[in-house]
Amino acid sequence: MPMDEVALDHGHDSHDHKPGFFARWFFSTNHKDIGTLYLIFSLIAGVVGYSLSGLIRWELAEPGIGPMLWIQTTFFGLEGDAAVAAAKHFYNVVITYHGLVMIFFMVMPALIGGFGNWFVPLMIGAPDMAFPRMNNISFWLTAAAFVLAILSMVVPGGSAGNGFGGGWTLYPPLSGATGHPGPSMDLLILSLHTAGIASILGAINFIVTILNMRAPGMTLHKMPLFAWGMLITAVLLLLALPVLAGALTMLLTDRNFGSQFFVPAGGGDPVMFQHLFWFFGHPEVYIMILPAFGIISHIVSTFSKKPIFGYLGMAYAMVSIGVIGFVVWAHHMYTVGMNVDLKAYFVAATMVIAVPTGIKIFSWIATMWGGSIEFKLPMLWAIGFIFLFTVGGVTGVVLANAGVDHTLHDTYYVVAHFHYVLSLGAVFGLFAGWYYWFEKMFGIKYNSFLGGLHFWLMFIGSNVLFFPQHFLGLQGMPRRYIDYADGFATWHHWSSIGYAITLVATLVFFFSLAVAFIQRRKATESGNPWGEGATTLEWTLPSPPPFHQYNELPVVTTKGGH
Amino acid sequence: MLAGPAFAAEPVDGAINMQPAATRIAERVHDFHNVLLVIITAITLLVLALLIWIVVRYNQKANKVSRKFSHNTAIEIVWTVVPALILVGIAGLSFPNLFYQNVTPNLGQIVATSKQLLAEGKSAEHQAFTQNYFPDAAEEGFVNVKIQGNQWNWTYTYPDIVDDAGIPVEFVSNGIHKGRATDPTDGLRLLSTDYPMVVPANRYIRFYTAAADVIHSWAVPAFAIKVDAIPGRLNEGWFLVKEPGVYYGQCSELCGVDHAYMPIEVRVVPQAQFDAWAELMKAGDFDGAAASVRQIASAETETKFASN
Repeated sequence: MPMDEVALDHGHDSHDHKPGFFARWFFSTNHKDIGTLYLIFSLIAGVVGYSLSGLIRWELAEPGIGPMLWIQTTFFGLEGDAAVAAAKHFYNVVITYHGLVMIFFMVMPALIGGFGNWFVPLMIGAPDMAFPRMNNISFWLTAAAFVLAILSMVVPGGSAGNGFGGGWTLYPPLSGATGHPGPSMDLLILSLHTAGIASILGAINFIVTILNMRAPGMTLHKMPLFAWGMLITAVLLLLALPVLAGALTMLLTDRNFGSQFFVPAGGGDPVMFQHLFWFFGHPEVYIMILPAFGIISHIVSTFSKKPIFGYLGMAYAMVSIGVIGFVVWAHHMYTVGMNVDLKAYFVAATMVIAVPTGIKIFSWIATMWGGSIEFKLPMLWAIGFIFLFTVGGVTGVVLANAGVDHTLHDTYYVVAHFHYVLSLGAVFGLFAGWYYWFEKMFGIKYNSFLGGLHFWLMFIGSNVLFFPQHFLGLQGMPRRYIDYADGFATWHHWSSIGYAITLVATLVFFFSLAVAFIQRRKATESGNPWGEGATTLEWTLPSPPPFHQYNELPVVTTKGGH
Repeated sequence: MLAGPAFAAEPVDGAINMQPAATRIAERVHDFHNVLLVIITAITLLVLALLIWIVVRYNQKANKVSRKFSHNTAIEIVWTVVPALILVGIAGLSFPNLFYQNVTPNLGQIVATSKQLLAEGKSAEHQAFTQNYFPDAAEEGFVNVKIQGNQWNWTYTYPDIVDDAGIPVEFVSNGIHKGRATDPTDGLRLLSTDYPMVVPANRYIRFYTAAADVIHSWAVPAFAIKVDAIPGRLNEGWFLVKEPGVYYGQCSELCGVDHAYMPIEVRVVPQAQFDAWAELMKAGDFDGAAASVRQIASAETETKFASN
């Protein structure tokens, strides 16, 4: 990182006064506490989303309708064809909420709300976020949105049962008044509106904090890359979410107040929704990955004991990914019948993104090159991230080509692609950050053995889970199918075995959490367990940091490595 | 004599690549995808090799003191420009492929170009031309099919094949398996239909997709075709299958409860068999028509049919 030395004053005579339990955790205005709340929230939502994916893989382990039917007959007392129809709808509900929960209530709250809140102020030398009370409402709106989403799962959706079963992309007419007439979809719209407001408020908070509250001497070009990632993420959120909100509002009025935005009979067009949705949806995937990019950069630098290679290139690669991310949305829609010239444009624009992404990958490698690398747990996750994100990235280049995408669109190849960049990319970034900052946040050490076990099981499991899905997609296996032709059986079976391995990994993770919090092994005295490579400001503070830090602002005194 | 299908395209258990190509569109997609596969595998292996090298060479024990460099303009230019050039190369292959499959061919133009090339004695060029374009089929014009997605089956309409009253051949194609206990045990599970779509081999097929309720997507992997069927829109596509055979696809846009149960079965038959099927359909004998294409006449028997 750019700062080689910093002048600090912790303000030792200030009182580290914490409010009482209820006031501290329910009315919290402290960025670290809110960050912790977000992380706890993400863990809960992650368990929900991950359980839903467990239902998916359980169902798909063998051909035929199995577990879904068993659930309907055992728990809901349905029989015969009614049970079969309910099972099919339930499967659609499960895949829908798996996607929504993982995106809106696991990855985003963890990376942005959790690590963003915790470490943006610490890294830029700010005492707190710019708008602490807005920070609080952001969190509680997210929690409320999650409750609404779960509620929407259990109220009437379509004719075949509760919940909305139209996929996380919410395409009308299936999400319209005829496709899913029940209140489920309306609750879901309300949930996403609420989550969207929470995210917009959070984004404003991050932008203002980063632009105005950096420590004296920390110019934008000396700012840690995680803060860069968060800044770009926040700008993307601010620009993309209102478009989603607009689309959702039109959907809401179409459903309830007779408007015809997406109703062809009234002159509307369902494809218009897709354009609006993906104008949000594509930046959204970068929203989920840019903070992870930042985390990986710090970890790679820390454990290589080297400054980040090509710092400015890294920062502006993220900026260009953010900018280009707004002009490629229709590559999600190559099969809707777009004009061929338009497709050609989106092919070209999409492939351009591979250039800054390649810069990031190669710069991480160059950061490690010549280093004296300690393969501690966060570094394992980071290297895993780099490799798996590469795999997910190159299949993205394949899919960018509309000519090939006409074959692969809406098949498991796409499922494999986006899980490699998200489930194995963003989530590996999440765990990398979790272990990197665990001691800093909680003041205790994690168990290295259990953490290593968690990593290797997760690495093997998620590859066994997702790699065969490329084969399924190439053979033509469509997405969002409760049952499949017998020719797809083998790889689906392997995929489910992979899930079982990740399930063991997840249990190990929670066990390691319990062990860490029971053992309560004291954090490194200096506050910096990683040594000379950890140069960002959070490592100058004790672990955990005081309730209020930087009572006197740190001054970034050197020009750093530039 | 009726022989078994000359060609069938359905998912094969344990397979790791695309279904065999049945159209020129698919052949070109496969060729292009094979190039892409080599490129992306090479890139992935390069990154993997670099990571392994780093783990071996630059671990703490092997390299006690880290170097402190953080810039190298030359290498940064290389890893910006080289990927960009690779992408330009990919785009160079991608666009002709895209336009070939996405632009419905002008049949008159194909016939004219073919005749011109032959007249000028450019046999090599003509041979290259006929790799992608089919003058004989072009002479015969399009077979038009309208494909409508419904919850949860497909309606196929042949607007040019009309009975005496002027009503076009139109029928609904249902999957025979619905995931229920009462499902029949015959047919390919989740792929077979009661009344398959039938088209003649070696003819240009032009199809339009539409939808009655929600969005569906008509897709046949062996043809490398996937076109959404969207309410209020008419999307167009084309294909030409050389080999008679049975080709299977499945709805490829989430459309509700029975999304997984509205398969696409395309029986590509010799022209004579197609004509016979069409006659039965016009007469309203749907079951007889479906039975008539259950066995697909092999290419050798085509002449016999045609001479009848």
